[in-house]
Amino acid sequence: MTEQEILAGLGEIVEEIAGVPADEVTPNKSFVDDLDIDSLSMVEIAVAAQDKFGVEIPDDQLKDLTTVQDVVNYVAKNAEGSA
Amino acid sequence: MTVDRETVVVTGLGATTPLGGDVASTWAAMLAGRSGVRRLTDPWAEQLPVRIAASAAADPAEIVGRVQARRMDRCEQFALVASREAWADAGAPELDPDRLGVAVTSGIGGIGSTLAGYDTLKEKGWRHISPYTVPMLMPNGSAGWISMELGAHAGAHSLVSACASGAEAIGYGIDMIRYGRADVVVAGGTEAAIMALNIAAFAVMRAMSTRNDEPERASRPFDKARDGFVLGEGAGMLVLESLSHARRRGARVYAVAAGAGYSSDAYHIAHPAPGGAGVAAAIGRALADARVDPEQVVHVNAHATSTPEGDPLEAQALVKALGSAADGVIVSSTKSMTGHLLGGAGAIESVAAILALRDLVAPPTINLEELDDDVPVDVAREPRPLAKRGVNGSKPIAVLNNAFGFGGHNVSLVFTAA
Repeated sequence: MTEQEILAGLGEIVEEIAGVPADEVTPNKSFVDDLDIDSLSMVEIAVAAQDKFGVEIPDDQLKDLTTVQDVVNYVAKNAEGSA
Repeated sequence: MTVDRETVVVTGLGATTPLGGDVASTWAAMLAGRSGVRRLTDPWAEQLPVRIAASAAADPAEIVGRVQARRMDRCEQFALVASREAWADAGAPELDPDRLGVAVTSGIGGIGSTLAGYDTLKEKGWRHISPYTVPMLMPNGSAGWISMELGAHAGAHSLVSACASGAEAIGYGIDMIRYGRADVVVAGGTEAAIMALNIAAFAVMRAMSTRNDEPERASRPFDKARDGFVLGEGAGMLVLESLSHARRRGARVYAVAAGAGYSSDAYHIAHPAPGGAGVAAAIGRALADARVDPEQVVHVNAHATSTPEGDPLEAQALVKALGSAADGVIVSSTKSMTGHLLGGAGAIESVAAILALRDLVAPPTINLEELDDDVPVDVAREPRPLAKRGVNGSKPIAVLNNAFGFGGHNVSLVFTAA
């Protein structure tokens, strides 16, 4: 799974759950400040990401993942071991 | 002693019902005597004794949008749609947010979200249920969403009294203005309960019509052959406003929200008290609160749900409360067309009663072929003109809307001509 594939998949999830167009889900964007996604929707996004990428994002990690790139990195790093 | 108080008027109406997605289409369908009851084609209905219902004419999820709809129960979506219409209809008044209130409720709340959430929990585990499950299932969710939509800071309230909820919310809205807590209040009720569990639960009480082969003829209040109610869904909404505020901004006034009366049967959790004393008390208190004489009443939008037990009892209570003035009253049950919207009923029927007052026409009670011998009132089978004046001509004419709920709750609302 490349970073591009993760980014594209994450974009689909964010569009589905929060209504933000996938092409606006770019690496530097902050979920809260730029994409206007609240903490409840972040929980949904994390669970959907788990289903899609097979990578669980525990709550204590989720709070530190503030940008799109943070999530992409986390998924890429944790998917490697299990791949 | 009569003390001065704010006169409360109705300046906006909203509705989404089995007959139409807005007030105009709903009212036109009512006057045309159209039934909104259809056969349920969902697979879950096959195992039930009741396979008919009055589903909403317009899908609220399409109107509020896909993403918003994910976070809102269907009953909350109905409420939002109806409140937007009512607000626009009132001219979207600009006012201090601390003077704008919300009194919107539901009989059951987000039961669809509760059931769906439980299915997900069992099938996929706790992490997969929506983080919006709690705000979707709580019966005050609609009031919360509407307060956000309109920026209402005076307070958002949701009294719950089963099928009397919508009417009770309107009564509470009137009080908010009379007590000086708000100048404008969006008030109403909503319900979205056409699901297997709810239908089974009412059916097991033997409260529902099983006329599955003739859906459009199933809801037949006051008719000898009635065999129970038909479940409907949707929402009704009023914009209530102090007369002084409405005058200052030159608002169009539909009617005076003249008063509300309440009683509790304290008899049985699901059966009405015999003789209709509780219902008569609520009507009498509503007239007293509204300072309206029985002779001013020209029309009643009855609660009459088409159950064998309830309809005659309400009719007899009307006679008890209005005395000889009941002779001049034309009674309608629009549930014959919309089905029973539970917590939405008192709200959409208040909308209908207000439009009857405006247009001077009582809507028909369809399927009334043979009036029950125990119904001692004049029930409209066709649209009927209403007298412009009551018997004592100098006072404005009045209409009533009744709503009763399991738990023994009785609510009666009075609206008078503007």
